[in-house]
Amino acid sequence: MSTAVDVHNLWTMAADPVEKIPAPHIEYAQLSPTLIVIGVALVGVLVEAFLPRRSRYYVQLLLTVVALAAGFAAVVGLAAGGFGGAKAHVAAMGALAVDGPALFLQGTILLVGLVAVFTFAERRLDPAAHGNRVDSFAAQAASAPGSAGEQAAVKAGFTTTEVFPILLFAIGGMLVFPAANDLLTLFIALEVFSLPLYVLCALARRQRLLSQESAVKYFLLGAFSSAFLLFGIALLYGYAGTVSYAGIANVVEGRPGSVNGALAGTMGNDVLLLIGGAMLLMGLLFKVGAVPFHMWTPDVYQGAPTPVTGFMAAATKVAAFGALLRLLYVVLPGLRWDWRPVMWGVAIVTMLVGAIVAITQTDVKRLLAYSSIAHAGFILAGVIATTQDGISSVLFYLLAYSFVTLGAFAVVTLVRDAGGEATHLSKWAGLGRRSPLVAAVFAIFLLAFAGIPLTSGFAGKFAVFKAAAEGGAGPLVVVGVISSAIAAFFYIRVIVLMFFSEPKPEGPSVAVPSPLTMTAIALGVAVTLVLGVVPQYFLDLAGQASTFVR
Amino acid sequence: MNPVNYLYLAALLFSIGAAGVLIRRNAIVVFMCVELMLNACNLAFVTFSRMHGNLDGQIIAFFTMVVAAAEVVVGLAIIVMIFRSRHSASVDDASLMKL
Repeated sequence: MSTAVDVHNLWTMAADPVEKIPAPHIEYAQLSPTLIVIGVALVGVLVEAFLPRRSRYYVQLLLTVVALAAGFAAVVGLAAGGFGGAKAHVAAMGALAVDGPALFLQGTILLVGLVAVFTFAERRLDPAAHGNRVDSFAAQAASAPGSAGEQAAVKAGFTTTEVFPILLFAIGGMLVFPAANDLLTLFIALEVFSLPLYVLCALARRQRLLSQESAVKYFLLGAFSSAFLLFGIALLYGYAGTVSYAGIANVVEGRPGSVNGALAGTMGNDVLLLIGGAMLLMGLLFKVGAVPFHMWTPDVYQGAPTPVTGFMAAATKVAAFGALLRLLYVVLPGLRWDWRPVMWGVAIVTMLVGAIVAITQTDVKRLLAYSSIAHAGFILAGVIATTQDGISSVLFYLLAYSFVTLGAFAVVTLVRDAGGEATHLSKWAGLGRRSPLVAAVFAIFLLAFAGIPLTSGFAGKFAVFKAAAEGGAGPLVVVGVISSAIAAFFYIRVIVLMFFSEPKPEGPSVAVPSPLTMTAIALGVAVTLVLGVVPQYFLDLAGQASTFVR
Repeated sequence: MNPVNYLYLAALLFSIGAAGVLIRRNAIVVFMCVELMLNACNLAFVTFSRMHGNLDGQIIAFFTMVVAAAEVVVGLAIIVMIFRSRHSASVDDASLMKL
């Protein structure tokens, strides 16, 4: 048996005196966005360990903002250096792709992270506890809610400044996820960005039981789905004998570089390929929040601290759709006649269920969660197109959608009553009479979600549906337009509720935020309107960035 | 012995783990079932590595172990936290947000 001899050869080689182990060749400059973010996250951990409590907040905030801005500058530098187009290649011994889609999505994730940091750092919304300004995060997450330990921590004015390095670790994983060029890197990146998110979900200052419950649900279901993803990776590895994207793609298309006896046996076994591919897709669709795997979304979005929800809703979607695009367009294009019908079904069900179930929601955060599910369906329509336009429209949609989401959740943090954020929809009645500016801003975000012209939502939806129709998915576009109409109903209903009903006397008040949240919301509005009114520059940018390297 | 038998064993362990996640009530036991699924993946990786005669699968198995350990750290922290605030680790009790 030849394979056994191969393995024994490996063992005996290793036992001989080793002359020289060649060091791996890493292109540090091309990986700099990720390296900067992860490096500063490590510095943030040291800051937590060695700096006095009083100065930690300011140092952490400064470090985080600088890291994200520097990372974004590095992405822009790489794109200007031509890595988005002609010089695109696979770096770090085949582990990471440096190409247009990767750089575009990394830039988007870094900008989203930068805006999210502003909402994380907001300290004027909650009333000061014992003379200390507090943010949305628990005074001491380890102390049980309502215990003496918690009261002591609140009295001492503790805040969880660890959220900043945790956020940076999550962003670091997200930067790798859409650029991963082998299945091992994909899995590690998934865990690196998921584990910090589980922790962040558990850290709310108010309604801590809800927050902890959402963390448990997210963690158990997330770990379950990543186990499926890993088994899918194992089966694909068994099928192709390699985990690199290009290697698997070659075997799927029936032209591997060299065939040995074992590969000839497993290559013919489509069961490994189909089940492996399906399990891998399940893991990614879970992160995206597509319908058979969407059950965690409303609970986690409702329970998590609202700044975290906004970040998660925007950045996780960008990263996960980036990985999904690369997987379907680079690894499995040879299999597209098998995955396209499945993804058709998933997209249709996702759009319809997201839009219809959202109508029955009474909580703003759950409403936005179901709306995010419907939007995942719209983006999937662009993914299915399997054309160049499909890639660029998905990239543009992700950019547009993430800023609308961030802005909408930032507005949710402002509407408060005695118990913290007032997320029940009935409390939002008449908000337009009491604080017209906040209600108008929220209305802009809702109109963008609904896809009304002159907002980024319209430009994004138009691009995605156009690509899908040209890619031969006409019926999908019809379903998409119908579910957009259903979704528009409940967005408009919230606007009517805010502007055309009487405010209740005991209703919530709108807190005046610090410049941090104001900047976040203003950026959200600005991006929404700019992408809606003059989308052409950004569509061209996405178009230039829409070629995967293999 | 034919290495394919180990693949059947891996699939069986994975299925037992998945069934356990869906059936069991205690968050700790659910989490242990997830770990069983990850270890089933490891067995599959090592077996495929043997079949193909390259070492990729064995290296991935090491990475999986590290990831599983990191998951234990975060997971146990979250589960212990919810146990301390509710005095129960049952996943059925965590239902404040049921629609």
